[in-house]
Amino acid sequence: MSAVAEPKTEKNYLNVDYSIKSWLTTLDHKRIGILYLVAITIFFMVGGFMALLIRTELATPQGDLLSSDQYNRAFTMHGVVLIFFFLLPSTPAVLGNFLLPIMIGARDVAFPKLNLASWYAFMIGGTLGVISLVLGGIDTGWTFYAPYSSNFSNTPVVWAIAGAFVAGFGNIATAVNFIVTIHKMRAPGLTWFRLPLFVWAQYATAVIGVLGTPVIAITIFLVAFERLTGMGIFDPARGGDPILMQHLFWFYSHPAVYIMILPAMGVTSEMIAAASQKRVFGYEFVAFSSLAIAIIGFLVWGHHLFVSGQSVFAGLVFSVLTFIVAIPSAIKTFNWVATMYKGNLQMNTPMFWAVAFLGLFLIGGLTGLFLSSLATDIHLHDTYFVVAHFHYIMVGGAIIGFIGGLHFWWPKITGRMYPESWGKAGAIMVFTGFSLTFLPQFVLGQLGMPRRYHTYPEEFQILHVLSTGGAYLLGFAMTTIIVYLAWSAKYGKPAPPNPWKAKGLEWETPSPPPTENFTYKVVVTEPAYNYHKDSGGHH
Amino acid sequence: MSTETQEHDPLLAHQFEDVEQQTDSYVLGMWVFLVTEVLFFGGMILAFILYRNMYFPAFAEAHQKLDWRLGGVNTIVLLTSSFTMAMAVWASQKRDYGKQLMFLTITVLCALAFLVIKYFEYSAKFEHHLVPGTNFHFDGQNQNGVQLFFGLYFALTGLHGFHVLVGVLVIGVLMFRVWKLRKQEQDYVPTELVGLYWHFVDIVWIFLYPMLYLLGGVHI
Ligand SMILES: [Cu+2]
Repeated sequence: MSAVAEPKTEKNYLNVDYSIKSWLTTLDHKRIGILYLVAITIFFMVGGFMALLIRTELATPQGDLLSSDQYNRAFTMHGVVLIFFFLLPSTPAVLGNFLLPIMIGARDVAFPKLNLASWYAFMIGGTLGVISLVLGGIDTGWTFYAPYSSNFSNTPVVWAIAGAFVAGFGNIATAVNFIVTIHKMRAPGLTWFRLPLFVWAQYATAVIGVLGTPVIAITIFLVAFERLTGMGIFDPARGGDPILMQHLFWFYSHPAVYIMILPAMGVTSEMIAAASQKRVFGYEFVAFSSLAIAIIGFLVWGHHLFVSGQSVFAGLVFSVLTFIVAIPSAIKTFNWVATMYKGNLQMNTPMFWAVAFLGLFLIGGLTGLFLSSLATDIHLHDTYFVVAHFHYIMVGGAIIGFIGGLHFWWPKITGRMYPESWGKAGAIMVFTGFSLTFLPQFVLGQLGMPRRYHTYPEEFQILHVLSTGGAYLLGFAMTTIIVYLAWSAKYGKPAPPNPWKAKGLEWETPSPPPTENFTYKVVVTEPAYNYHKDSGGHH
Repeated sequence: MSTETQEHDPLLAHQFEDVEQQTDSYVLGMWVFLVTEVLFFGGMILAFILYRNMYFPAFAEAHQKLDWRLGGVNTIVLLTSSFTMAMAVWASQKRDYGKQLMFLTITVLCALAFLVIKYFEYSAKFEHHLVPGTNFHFDGQNQNGVQLFFGLYFALTGLHGFHVLVGVLVIGVLMFRVWKLRKQEQDYVPTELVGLYWHFVDIVWIFLYPMLYLLGGVHI
């Protein structure tokens, strides 16, 4: 199929109609993916700006830039914006939307109207979140813990809750759509064990989204209900139980970590297979490990309550289960390394991002084991060690996976190549800036620096200054990436259908793809990542 | 497969290959949506069970303030509507659109009756100062527990009532569609999907009624 494809002359999903209206009413999964990309990039910049504000304040031990109250608002909005309005939708709603139907040889997702409605729900939720920001921002911490969020906050909490609530329904709708699409829309011959691992990861993510998101929705609904009616569901003074709020919150929010990291793992599988020109080692194990993470991930939430008055027995059980959930992640990591072993390695930009992901995710995962051990967690709980750990997972893992995937599929999405040297420089700068920001924070946490304080003893300053410097490098790197990607979408070299000589249906259709994704009837006759056979001559 | 000719089937959306795939997708989508609904109500029911154990005497006292007769009437009303909804699906499959519209009308009337009865129950609670908040008043030691009971009562039944209201709207849209297309052959799947949703709303009430109205003093 890799015939000559000239994006300029052929009709594709981008040049079919240029009007704004055609974008805002589109039912094309590819265009909806782009809508999401534009929206979350804006939220990413808002949340990133908050991060720089926080790090600038922390460059000195005194609270000189922000008051303690402003600081509370800055770190809360940083978390709320980046988790609810950037990370949760990022890889599924952008890359998943764009790629999933193409990867399974379908014309679209099962429910295109619902897909567009998801984006509008997300935008309404995002707008409500922005309103809470314009009204001064909230100071509860991103977890909305009661009673911080109920009796002890004079900030527009209900606006932010409404935003997360409505955006959550967008995520649920996307998850429902993906589950049905993967079950019912696969091309003839595309059995479950011929699916790309990215699809398996999206499936596991969607299962978590369907089972978890409603619970956080009802939890924050009850918090808002408590604020609005004055009854005390989570307020001990009026008979409520604040620990119940924490249980319900983490029942969703631990699995939500996997909503963020699993799709990035799927991206990594694709990038490593293509850059190694090899079938992913232990394909079935990698596929099932996604499902294992989705299931076991629902049984570990209590590790957030080790010091919240949970019984020691419950703590023990949750500790053991948390160690167990690390196993499928380890399986994936070993298999990725084994895939590279004796592969025909292509040191291209996606490979750079994949390696950055592997290294940072490894550190993030291993430091999680410190926190899941009951005794060490008592020392490390609510310190910078925790902050560093989850940023390794969410930035080092989820965001780097997402940006890597953007680079990997950018030629397919835009029909243009980005400058390869900038792509590599971006990966190196992000890796360096990130490590400089967060490695010192492990040390800070171990030395006893608690999170969420805007002043600190003098002796911590050197580590904080290193971290702030890293944050600025990271901010510069992210800005650079946004600029060259945006530039290349218009001025980059035209991309061939398959620039990485990769396997997968998305590489057999032109870049950018036509509106109906394929100009021929897709029939699949070979397993995924069939690299050892001659390329060409399939379907 | 001759995609070309099937594209012209007005009942087939462009993303599907054939009607069977389309039907399967819609039905699976509805079931997955109902799973999310189970978890949505599940979180709040969990809170209710927990607080019921923490404040058993208060919850036992509070539940006596609910009128089990009105709740019982509402249960019968909803069960009737579930039956007529099932009949509407059956009529739709038989392509008897007159009968289908009749059964859907009865279903909507039952749903509205449910909401009217609920309205009278709610206003009685307002009058007796049993609505949580600044106007709440309850004599005795169990104030906090009783207020929690009524908070969860309003949250649970309010959310359920909202689902009933959505059901009325959805069934209304469905009726309009069936009536507009009554002269031609129609797909029964939309009716079946609305039916699934409506049975779910009824089942939620089947759990809420005994939990809130009947089990007050019973140790489980
Ligand atoms: Cu966790």
